[in-house]
Formats: sequence, structure tokens, C-alpha cells
Amino acid sequence: MTTKPRIKLPDSAKAGDVIEVKTLISHVMETGQRKDKDGKPIPRNIINAFSASYNGKPVFGADLAPGISANPYIAFHMKVPGPGAFEFTWVDDAGVKVSETLKLNVV
Amino acid sequence: MINPPAVVQATPGADRRAVLLGATASGVVLAFLASAPGVSAQDKPQTWEDALKKIVGDAKPVDGKIISLDLPEIAENGNTVPFTVAVDSPMSDKEYVKSVHVFSTGNPQPSVASFRLTPDSGKAQVSSRMRLAKTQDIVGVAELSDGKLIMTKRTIKVTIGGCGG
Repeated sequence: MTTKPRIKLPDSAKAGDVIEVKTLISHVMETGQRKDKDGKPIPRNIINAFSASYNGKPVFGADLAPGISANPYIAFHMKVPGPGAFEFTWVDDAGVKVSETLKLNVV
Repeated sequence: MINPPAVVQATPGADRRAVLLGATASGVVLAFLASAPGVSAQDKPQTWEDALKKIVGDAKPVDGKIISLDLPEIAENGNTVPFTVAVDSPMSDKEYVKSVHVFSTGNPQPSVASFRLTPDSGKAQVSSRMRLAKTQDIVGVAELSDGKLIMTKRTIKVTIGGCGG
């Protein structure tokens, strides 16, 4: 989990608008069900948690299972309370945490 | 396993029964261990109902039209199947969708994802992509702010399964 996550916000939004926030991060999402060529199980390593907050207030969270595809894409909605910035966090089974902050252009 | 073989050698006649009893007892212990939660979770596949119970407790979901699960009818590649789950809700402070849970009925593990929403979500709609091992039903369950559980179920055909091997 080294690459920078990709986040798509609308170019601009007004307070009170409901916007869609699209996120994507590169991750193998190893299920723990597969075996390597020697027949040994490959240990599970998935992003198990994603969360988003806006100006410090949680707006969305997700608990993910191995049933989510590699490079997990998650899109959710938010009602824009006013100008501010998002903070997104992804955590995987190995404890690796990736955080990203992005300002929303409120007009 | 529990009674060491030494007992048999010491008094061969009478202790055969004891050894057999010991063997039975250890068999019982093994059976008991196998039924312990940690072990059985791996050995026998959970149902989606079990997985839901783990999240919400004993409450039972009812079928409802307010939740919709948008999936392709046929997924050619089970590795990445897009889905959108949406719930018709005012998303106000008084009445909103607390969470949405998605389960598969034919994957090695039934849980796919649980999404937590807030009144600030504005709209109860989440999209992601899932893996599907084979043709199966997908279940979406919405947990409303009043505690009600509303569910929907959709069948999806999968041409090539996506759980690796």
C-alpha cells in the first residue's frame, strides 16, 4: 500500500448540496483463501477499514471484508455543510495506515 | 492420546478398557474443540444470516422496497463486480440510515462490506466493487435509525469466479 490514493470531488459545490465522493486506493486485498505455488496459504492482507471525515466530523465509514475487490473503490455521498476539507483514512491488516486530506471547493 | 501407552504395557489385561475409555474421552475433547467458535469459523462456512447476527444481534431483517441493490445481471469477471446499494431515506437527524451491510451467499466468507452513514451523508447511496466466486444471491441490509432492518436480495450470474485459487 504505497501508492497515493485517488479521490474525485466535484469541481465546486455549494453549501447544502449533496455531493458524491469517489475514492480509490491501490491494494492487493489478499483474501487469505489463496495458496502459493508450494501449496502454503498466502496470509490475508486486506484494507479492513476506511473512514472519511469533513472538518474533523466523521461522515462515512466502511468495514471491508475479503469480498471487496483488489484496489478498493468506494463512493459515498455527503451534504456539504460549508467550506472545509476532507480527511480520508485507509487501514490494512498489516496495520499500514494511509491518510489523505483534500479541500472541497465551496462557492 | 491422554493415557500414555506405558499403562498398556504395565498391565495389559485390565487396562485395555481404560485405554479405550481414554481414547473415547480424547475423541470427545477433540470434537468439543472443533465446535469451539474460533475453529468452526474456519472449518465450516458461515451463512450470511450468521454474519448479520454478529453485527446487529438478534434482530431479523424484513424485505422492503426502500433498499435497492444495483448489480449487473451477468458478471463476466467475478474479480471485480461493481455494485451500488441505495436506501430511500430523508437522511435527517431524526430519520436516517445508520448502516448498510452487503453479504454474498456463495463466497467462502459471506461478509462483503458494512458502510456506516450519518445524517450528514445527505443521500444513502454507496458504490464499490466486489469479488464473486460463482453465481449466487447478494443480500443488502439497511439498518435504520429506529433500529429496523430492511433487506433486499438479488441474483447475479458469474461467468468466471473471482476468488483466486
